[in-house]
Formats: sequence, structure tokens, C-alpha cells
Amino acid sequence: MKYFPLLWATLWRKKARTIFTLLSIVIAFLLFGMLQGVNAAFQQGVNNANVNRLIVASRISLTEPLPISQKQQIEAVPGITGVASSSWFGAYYQEQKNFVFAMPVDIDDYLNVVPEIKTAPEQVEALKRTRTGIIMGIDLMKKYGWKIGDRVSLHSTIWVRKDDGSSNWPFDIVGTYIFEGDESQNTGAFFNYSYFDEARTFGNGTVGWWTVSVKDPNQSAQIAAAIDKLFVNSPDETKSQSEKEFTQSFIKQFGDINFIVKAILGAVFFTLLFLTGNTMMQSVRERIPELAVLKTLGFTDAKVTALVLAESLLLCVIAAALGLLCADLMFPMLESVMGGAVSLPPRVIAIGGGVAVVLALATGGLPALRAKRLVIVDALAGR
Amino acid sequence: MFKQTIAITAMNLRAIPQRLGTSSVIVVGIAGVVAVLVSVLAMATGFHKTVANSGRADRAIVLRGGSQAEINSSITRDNMLTILDAAGVRKDASGKPIGCGELVTVVNLPKIDDGNSSNVTLRGSCGQLAQLRPELKISQGRMFQPAVRELIVGAGAAKQFRGVTLGETISFRDSDWTVVGIFTTGGDAHESELIADADTVQSAFRRNMFQSVTALLDAPSAFERFKDALTTNPTLTVDVKREPDYYAEQSKQLTKLLNFIAYFVGGIMAVGAMFGALNTMYSAVSARSREIATLRAIGFGSGPVVFSVFAESLLLALMGGAIGALLAWVFFNGNAVSTLGANFSQVVFRLTVTPGLILAGIWLALFIGLLGGLFPAIRSARLPVVDALRAS
Repeated sequence: MKYFPLLWATLWRKKARTIFTLLSIVIAFLLFGMLQGVNAAFQQGVNNANVNRLIVASRISLTEPLPISQKQQIEAVPGITGVASSSWFGAYYQEQKNFVFAMPVDIDDYLNVVPEIKTAPEQVEALKRTRTGIIMGIDLMKKYGWKIGDRVSLHSTIWVRKDDGSSNWPFDIVGTYIFEGDESQNTGAFFNYSYFDEARTFGNGTVGWWTVSVKDPNQSAQIAAAIDKLFVNSPDETKSQSEKEFTQSFIKQFGDINFIVKAILGAVFFTLLFLTGNTMMQSVRERIPELAVLKTLGFTDAKVTALVLAESLLLCVIAAALGLLCADLMFPMLESVMGGAVSLPPRVIAIGGGVAVVLALATGGLPALRAKRLVIVDALAGR
Repeated sequence: MFKQTIAITAMNLRAIPQRLGTSSVIVVGIAGVVAVLVSVLAMATGFHKTVANSGRADRAIVLRGGSQAEINSSITRDNMLTILDAAGVRKDASGKPIGCGELVTVVNLPKIDDGNSSNVTLRGSCGQLAQLRPELKISQGRMFQPAVRELIVGAGAAKQFRGVTLGETISFRDSDWTVVGIFTTGGDAHESELIADADTVQSAFRRNMFQSVTALLDAPSAFERFKDALTTNPTLTVDVKREPDYYAEQSKQLTKLLNFIAYFVGGIMAVGAMFGALNTMYSAVSARSREIATLRAIGFGSGPVVFSVFAESLLLALMGGAIGALLAWVFFNGNAVSTLGANFSQVVFRLTVTPGLILAGIWLALFIGLLGGLFPAIRSARLPVVDALRAS
């Protein structure tokens, strides 16, 4: 610690150079923080997937409906604690861009398999009593300023109502919910499957996919196989996957986001390594007589090496901290583009810290070696 | 003045190899920025080209009102026949309207590179497909026959997904389908699809409805007549769009997102590279301070000196930009990738590095070089001659 003033002084030996180097590392970590944050937002669904749950969809694809009669058969498979249906409703509010993730469900079944959804029991009762009732995520309510008791009309891009041939579905808001452990799911909505199935013009008696909860997650692979075996060679063959596999494969279909993020970061850090390394080399080269003086004063080789490394470490860590801070501050701006909450996860900060140290060692390594090998007489003589 | 400029600039540029280490910071830094910018833009361009170029002005697509994409839509057989009988639809030699009621289903196929099960469109089309879409050419094998479970596979899909080469059989819904042909459509979105006979698909997937009707019109100008005929018909609630408009809408969102990523990430990186360039140019000026002072002392003006600094930074930036664009072109141009499109199924497209994108990258490089050279150039002009001469 007593060498800190010395370090600080050498760091600011050439102010302009240090500031520019610092800023370019700040930029690199800003990008690192933002891209990893966005990546984490995509992976969140995968990480939050419940190991106790399976998704059972048609083997052909998620868009092929399954008959509701499968429920009893799935329930009979040993080790299963609950089966709930979901269907894609494809709703928006007023304008296409106001997408609403609303799903027709049997609320008791659904809460049984997805206990993370927290809602008041009397609101669940109200939903069951009200044919056109709907329970909405708190963030969705907030977004449109809705409150319990409001009547809203959602437009479905798929389903047409039998009674008047329109695609507008009226709903009465009877409650709200919070999804425990994943804020991004607070923008959904659940309504009665019975209302949905009676009122739609086609597809009656079918569901989109089944969500199945199992008692012992270690058994989930066997249970998935057992469910698929039930329907093999039937017209409605199924494909059961753990929630995690299902989410992962779904995200992957958008393209390999992870790969793109890594490729961009690779390019950024390579560039940066080059830049900082160069600056450090230059700075050590200019200071050779000074370092020789230090050695003359009795600083050991190891100490001089450590000083040079510490200098690059200081630069990188300050810059990394600033960059990640900027990324955190910029996230609210990204929300509108990402269409959901993104934040800087602690894991990314930790990785960022690690990257900063590696960067510092990589860029400071050669100059430190040079400082270590310095021969006092030659250096002082300027040879 | 002019002679001075040329002389100093030439001298300076010849000296660049002596400052190779610091000079390469500009080149590498800018190459990185330009490579990222050009590759992401190439992705946006490729996707846009594939999706938005699908369709012809004299073809119209009809969907159920408010359904946005084919996958959401549904049209009954009666309505399909009404639509094809409407005014403006071109007739073939026997007087039959040229158009197809089509249905799209999504099937899962594993991707070749990572085995990830992906949604692929299986389109049910009709016997008039060849007349309706003359751009569809069978490159291997033959066309599918009605009433048998045969399908043809788009060239893009054949390269991206497993199990769809000529002669193979695929099974969906307790039925086996034989791949009898591979087709191309000039690189549009249909090349990512499998196509079979609509009635056969309907029976296998237990459907009785269509999802869209595509009709060939008498001429592009016949569209309004066709649209009016359908929208004023009280038995129909449909959206009628020209094909190019429909596909342009489908590609809008992703293209917008990719462009945003390209300019946002590229922009931030450009700022970082600019700091690197500033560093390099400042150290170049300080390395040359004695030389500059000497030149000024023997009567050279500050203008030529400033110009020589700019020339150096722009030249290095140009090299960086060219290297970056070249890297993007060599590694990514023509790479086939796929993403989830509007029909909830994969659209295969190729990254396309166009001359326009390369030019955009070079412009950005020059801009960074200009900014990076600005302050160091000013400093070079203000260098106090006497002090600089004394400097060791």
C-alpha cells in the first residue's frame, strides 16, 4: 500500500495517454457488460426453468394441437404430481406492437404445476366464477394502467369467436399475480380455458401443450419417455422435454445469440489487448532510466516487476469498474428495444472483474518482464 | 505550400514503418470495429434480401382479417374458391384462375450443425404451383404428385436441416413422406420450406382449412380491382396484400433490430477505437516533435505539418477499414444462417457483404481516423519550436 502514491504518479506520467487508454478499456467493458447482460436476459428463462417440470408438445411441432383427452392418460403415469394445459392465444392490445402473453388455462391445474405464480385465493375463486375473467401480471397491469374490475378487449391473431365472428375477446380483470423469482414473467395473463374453448370457432377440444410436474426431478427423463410411449403410433405423438431443454432449444432457434455475443466481445478484447499492451510497452520504454534508478536505490527485480504489473492492473480495474457502471446505467435505455427488463447480473460483474485481471496480466506481462531484465548500468547509460 | 505539403507528407508516410508498433494500434483497432459493423449489417442485409425479395408485384396474398402471418390465419375452402374467382385473377389457357389455397404447418427437423430441433415450414400447395410461382425451379428430382405423400425441399432447407436430401423419407403423424425433388426460388424465403400437395397435407394433418390464398393477377395494376372485389364481398373478412408488401412487413422487425445492434455496438466500438487512434497519433506527433520543429525552423509552414498528421491517420484508418471489411467478407460473406421468422419457423438466409456495406465501413474508418488525427494535428501546429528542438 505504501507504494500507491508511486504507482499513481507513474500512471499519470502522461495524462493524455493514460486517459485515452483508460477510456478505450472503459468502452470495452461497457460493451462487455451490456452484451453479457442482454445474453443473460435471454438465458434467464433457461436458468429459471424448474427442474420439476416437463413440457409435453406435439412431436411434429409446438404449433400442432393435442387432444384434451390426453390429460387423464398423462396423469396416470407414475411419479407425476400435476398436469396443466396451455395454448397459444397470440393476443395484442389495440396495436400489434402491444403484445400480451395471455394463455387460456385451467387455473387450479396451472397453479398446481407452476407454484411460483402467487395470487390471492379469493382472486382465483373470482376467476373461476367469472367466465370472462382474467388474472394479469402486475407489470402488465402497470403498463396499461389497468385495475381490477376493468373490462379490456384483447385481439387474438389466431382465434375467432363463434358468436360474432370477431377476433376481439373481452375480458374482466379479476386479479393480479406475481411470478416468484422471475420478474420478466410478470407481464403475462391467464384466463379460463372453458371460456376460450366454448367461444372459439375451430380447434375445439384441443390444447397447445401440456406442462407436467414430477415428484422427483431425477426421474424426469424416464417419465418423459413414459409419456411419449403412451402416444407412440397414435395420431398425436408427443415429445416431452424438461422445461430447461425446451426453453433452450426455443431460444436457440432465434440464432446462436451466445455465439454472436462472444464473437463480438472477442473482437473487442483482441483489439483492446493490442492497444493497452502497446501503451504499456511504450510507457515502460520511456521510463527505463527511472526504473534503473529504482533498482539502484535497492528495489529488487521482483519488486520492479510487481510495480509495472500493479500499474497495468490498476488501470484495467479502474476502467473495468467504470465500464460496468456505465453499462448498468445504460440498461434502462435498452429495455424498450429488448422488450423486457434487463439488468446486470452479479455473475457478469464477477466475470468482468476476472477479465480485467487477465487483461492486465496479459498487457502488463511483457513490459514487466522487460523491467525485470533491466541491467542498471546499460539502462542508465541509455544503451 | 503545395510542394511543402507533398514533401512533408511523403516523408512522414515513409517513416511509418519505424513506428510500426504504435501505428498498428490504429489499424487493428479500426479493423475490429469495421469487421463487427460490416458482419452484423451483412446479417441484416442478407435477411432483408431473402425475406423482402420474396414475391412479385403481380401476385397477391390473402389472409384472414387481422392475422398478420400465414400461420395464424385460416380460410375455408368455400372462401378460397370465392377469392380465386374474384376479378383481376389471371386465368390459364383452360380458363381456370391461377392461384392456390395454401396451408402452412410447422414440422420439427434437426439442424445439421448442432442437431437442435428446429421449426421448418411444410407448405401445402396446389397443382398450379408451377404456374403461380414460375421462379420455383426443380434443380434435382421432380415435382410432387397430388394424392401421394411426396414433397419437394427448398435448397436452403436441404443445406440446413438433416434428413431432407433427395430420396429420403420423413415421417410426421404416422405417415411417411418421400423427398422427390429439391427446388430453388432465386434465394427467397420459400427456399427454407418443404412443399407438398395441399389436400395430402390436409388429410395427414387432419385439417380442412387453408391459411392463405395466393393468386397471380392479370397485371400489377389489377391489384386494386382484386382487393376491392374481396373487401366489398360481405361473405369474406380478409386482408389482401401485394406479395412484396407482405414480405417486407415480415422482415421489418428483425432487420430493424439487427441494424440497431450493428450501429449501437459498432458506434460504441468506434468511440473506443477513436481513443486508440488519438493515442497513436499523439505519440506519433511527440516522436516527430524534433523533426517537426526542425522543419518549422527552416521555414516550413504549420499547414503542411498539420496535413501530414491527418494524412498519416487517414491512411492508417483506411488500411484498418479495408482489412476489417476484407475479414468480414472472407469469413462471413455467403455463410448460411437461419433464424425464426414470422411463420414461427426457420428462415434460412445468407450473410451478404455488399459493396455498400464495405463503403459504409470505410467511411466509418475514415471518420474515426479524422477525429483521431484532429487534436494531435492541432498540437503539432502549436509545438513551440525552440523547446521542441531542445527536447532530448
